[in-house]
Amino acid sequence: MPPLPSPTRGENKRGVAKKDFMKRRLDGMIWIGLGVALLLALFLSPFASSSPDGLEKVTEAKGFSEKGESWKFWKHAPLSDYTLPWIKSEKLSTALSGLIGTLAIFFITIGIGKAIKKR
Amino acid sequence: MGGSERREWVHIPDGFLSHGLNAATFVISTGACAYGVKRVNRSFGEREVPLMGVTAAFVFAAQMINFPVAGGTSGHFLGAVFSSVLLGPWASLIVMTIVLVVQCLGFADGGLTAIGSNIFNMGVMGALGGYGVFITLYVLLRKSRKGFFIALAISSWFSIMLGASAAAIELAISGTSPLKVALPAMAGTHALIGIGEAIITTTAVSLILKTRPDLVGAYAPPSLPHKGGE
Repeated sequence: MPPLPSPTRGENKRGVAKKDFMKRRLDGMIWIGLGVALLLALFLSPFASSSPDGLEKVTEAKGFSEKGESWKFWKHAPLSDYTLPWIKSEKLSTALSGLIGTLAIFFITIGIGKAIKKR
Repeated sequence: MGGSERREWVHIPDGFLSHGLNAATFVISTGACAYGVKRVNRSFGEREVPLMGVTAAFVFAAQMINFPVAGGTSGHFLGAVFSSVLLGPWASLIVMTIVLVVQCLGFADGGLTAIGSNIFNMGVMGALGGYGVFITLYVLLRKSRKGFFIALAISSWFSIMLGASAAAIELAISGTSPLKVALPAMAGTHALIGIGEAIITTTAVSLILKTRPDLVGAYAPPSLPHKGGE
């Protein structure tokens, strides 16, 4: 029995034409993916459950949550607690901070990826 | 103070863990990331970089959406196994690290002193450990299509449990909460959150697999008909 095809990445063994095609298609897919992420951040994050999250709940129930509020080492987060300080509406504030964060992560990761990819 | 209705943080803040432990996890996480950079440098070309960017953007956005689980608790998507099957475990570790660092510095979510521990829990345990579970099961299930999704669902659940258990052990080592209190509590709530993780991961990956199977790096299409069907 021939060996199973191993997943290759980075290299496409089927030649240049296929490679160009993939690249074109990939670009389209990237914008679709980014669009989905931005839509999630913009329209779903303001309606996320406001119940305490798993870790937060455990710290509250077991009586040590105040330890995490006693001090903060980094005090300069511009979008602290996923809000924009100058926007009154809580939902809009969350949505826009999510939008900014998603775009920022996209470009930062591409920057870092370009720096560490093979030359 | 009653506290805001909005979630304020979901990752470990400053003050929960001892400095010694945070230093140790920082060293481990930094080492893992350094090795991860080396691995990504060897395998990633022009094509994978935008996929890495969009995966990180999706993980960040989806992490904002807390879903309710039982007992007035919420959970959210982690995305460690999701990005591992798209990009491989090492790029996934780097994606998780970038997301955690931006959440810490930009959104005050997760303490800066605890960043090593958060990366350890969700990157080293979640992404690398979760992928380890995935690939073991996938191979055991002989790389069938059904096996892929079973491995994906189970490893997604495990990635949450691995991270939550690591957090509980860290809380115990730091003297914040005894292990016999922290571990059952963390494991119990996260067993439910892990089900959400498994549902979201399998749904998202199956959608990508339907439209662009070539983007799911971990999926090996069964090119040969199996003996005895299936």
